[in-house]
Amino acid sequence: MGSPVLKLVAQRVALGVLLLFAVSVLIFAGTQILPGDVAQSILGQAATPQALANLRAQLGLNDPAYVRYFRWLAGLLHGDLGHALSNGQDIATSVGDRLKNTLFLAFWAAIVAVPLAITLGLIAVRHKDGFIDKLISATTLATISLPEFFIGYVLIYYVAVYLQWFPSVSTVYDGMSFADRMRAIALPATTLTLVVLAHMMRMTRAAILNVMQSAYIETAELKGLSPFEIIRRHAFPNAIAPIVNVVMLNLAYLVVGVVVVEVIFVYPGMGQYLVDHVAKRDIPVVQACGIIFAAVYICLNIIADIASILSNPRLRHPK
Amino acid sequence: MSKELEFLSRHVASGKLNRRDFLGRAAALGVGAAFANTMLADAAKAAGPVKGGTLKAGLQGGESSNVLDPALNLSQVNFSFGKCWGELLVELKPDGSLEQRIAEEIGSSPDAKTWTMKIRKDIEFHDGKTVKPEDVVATLERHSDAKSKSAALGILQGIETMKVDGDNVVIGLKDANADFPYLMADYHLVIQPNGGKDDPNAGISAGPYKVTINEPGVRYGGEKFKNYWQGDKLGHADQVLILVINDATARTAALQSGQVNMINRVEPKIVDLVKRISGVTIQNVSGRGFYPFNMFCDTAPFDNNDLRMALKLAMDREEMLQTILRGYGSVGNDFPINEAYPLFPADIEQRKFDPEKAAELYKKSGHSGSILLRTSDVAFPGAVDAAQLYQQSCAKAGITIQVEREPGDGYWSEVWNKKPFSLSYWGGRATQDQMYSTAYVSSADWNDTRWKRPEFDKMVIAARGELDEDKRKKMYHDIAMVMRDEGGLIVPFFNQYIDASGKGVEGWVNNPAQEMCGGYALAMCWLAA
Repeated sequence: MGSPVLKLVAQRVALGVLLLFAVSVLIFAGTQILPGDVAQSILGQAATPQALANLRAQLGLNDPAYVRYFRWLAGLLHGDLGHALSNGQDIATSVGDRLKNTLFLAFWAAIVAVPLAITLGLIAVRHKDGFIDKLISATTLATISLPEFFIGYVLIYYVAVYLQWFPSVSTVYDGMSFADRMRAIALPATTLTLVVLAHMMRMTRAAILNVMQSAYIETAELKGLSPFEIIRRHAFPNAIAPIVNVVMLNLAYLVVGVVVVEVIFVYPGMGQYLVDHVAKRDIPVVQACGIIFAAVYICLNIIADIASILSNPRLRHPK
Repeated sequence: MSKELEFLSRHVASGKLNRRDFLGRAAALGVGAAFANTMLADAAKAAGPVKGGTLKAGLQGGESSNVLDPALNLSQVNFSFGKCWGELLVELKPDGSLEQRIAEEIGSSPDAKTWTMKIRKDIEFHDGKTVKPEDVVATLERHSDAKSKSAALGILQGIETMKVDGDNVVIGLKDANADFPYLMADYHLVIQPNGGKDDPNAGISAGPYKVTINEPGVRYGGEKFKNYWQGDKLGHADQVLILVINDATARTAALQSGQVNMINRVEPKIVDLVKRISGVTIQNVSGRGFYPFNMFCDTAPFDNNDLRMALKLAMDREEMLQTILRGYGSVGNDFPINEAYPLFPADIEQRKFDPEKAAELYKKSGHSGSILLRTSDVAFPGAVDAAQLYQQSCAKAGITIQVEREPGDGYWSEVWNKKPFSLSYWGGRATQDQMYSTAYVSSADWNDTRWKRPEFDKMVIAARGELDEDKRKKMYHDIAMVMRDEGGLIVPFFNQYIDASGKGVEGWVNNPAQEMCGGYALAMCWLAA
């Protein structure tokens, strides 16, 4: 490990932090230009002008926007996400539970989807242009082409209603046994897996095929290694950078893009939480969710960048 | 033959014979399946409620931002859950009359200004305390305090004094109000220990179930309260559970797969499909909710009654009802009251689609050019289609309507009650007076038709204070006639509450006051063995 790697990694992390600040400005600005007044939406249609004025003063809405931004940012940096306007609960606590649920679902979907996608990619390369390759590509492309709510509804109809194997309502709660929890998330996790599978599988296939053109693969072939061994030992490690990139992108999607799936399967995660509070104009919650989603997205992308830097032999072994 | 069937049906009800065998025997005796099923249902009712088990409902209308405080209770889930754990002074029965709950008797002074409620003794709260008149006063105080933000604030504004007098609570009103007992049936007015002043979100009252699970936006649960004051009358299941399912398809699937026993808000367009699912029963009842087209009576061109009448006559109500609500509703008559209200003036002639008359009045009004009508998906399900349908029926009368589709976001703050001609909805109120007072008197904030007539206000106030029912009925007839012939309100139809119950659910009694048996579905139903 030489200094160029450290420098590059440090650069990436610094860029990520900078980006997060930029996103925080965007989120803050975005929530400011939403139509309607926060105090008005809290008090409802029957609000008196006096009550409105009091509440505005109490919430500090009369201060200029940049003052409010820095106050909010300072809170964020201290881990204080503020209180929800609609029910007065501490946002960090309520988001915490929801985030845990979303991560739980994303984790199990990833555990299934990532190895499956990579294995399918490897198999596709092994049988390049053959029937199996075409079959794998066709099925995964079909599942990515269908909108996720459609896949969700099809699974609900056949697996939950018709076969009754798994529940259609994926409500999870504290004190649920692990087995029950897994049963509950079976269908949403399957839906998510089907949605992210194709992207990762196709990328694995393309990246490895690219490497397969290299001269050293030919050497390996001439050494008499079996085709699968060549892919596993020689091609895959060198194709890892683009694969990690696409895997991270899809992991990020599993966390931040699950709103629709959560709503269909009534899963109590972040997406549903965000939707509920957007409808109520609960700005602090929307801001908090926005920044958490942005942080997850940026972090996973930094990890992808760092992984591809580290997997680059030229950077790992500087002259 | 029928004797034998009766005997067999009782066997099914008591669990000695299964349903399929019974239907087979019935068929052998030459009885149709429909009739045989009816017999079974009757026998099950006669056999009495089955105790125990868990009853589950999948309901639309819950968000993670909800709280248990009945004062802030606005969504369907909290409404239904409130009926499981909460207890009110009085409750609306399906026939529109009142059932005495915590208030054993309600009487008034002859001028309908002073009301005395006798508080029932020996009702126990979930925390073991006894319900006292002081708790009732504290509850009313909390809800009538502007700071509580209670949704019942509006209906309590008429209260001037309240005090405890022995076992009684005595209420003094600013103005006479013969409907006062009905106001006390408002679902926000759950009686809590010390009025909920200590902890409004504790979920403690005297209803048939104790709150055990409170996960806003996810699920709610209750267990049978052993010392429930009405004993076995309500609360047959040991446990009740509400799952918040806001997605319509997910709700139907949950009912179909048996994950829940009942759901609310079945959309009219899928009712016919849901009906075909075996074991599922559609439970629909005409409610008081309606979907108005509001015109501002003080804004040109709607300040001309000929034009308003032309627009009313150009509404093809039957077609609208069949197309938008698939027949699950009833046509409106341009006043905000229907037969679900007590003292409904039933003898008023139904207004019909009359393009010739509309064209004639339109010409007389002297207006030319198009009329802008604003609509949005959030006004009511199908509101955009309804506006377009209206555009076409108006065209037959030579009236040009320009339909503007507004974004749902901000519709209630920017368009409704702000723009002169728009679509909206009203959920209905407990009494005719409440409906008129909320939206059709000069001083009402929500006067969304800008209907400001001092003589109309006087009629409403006079009817409110009249204790003689016959006289009152006549007064409401006159009020409705003025509204219908001069008001700024076009009511194409009243809607229905459409719920569905699953396999084995018995004891369902529809209540026009609200969906899900007036909110009591979980407390009054049971699962047949």
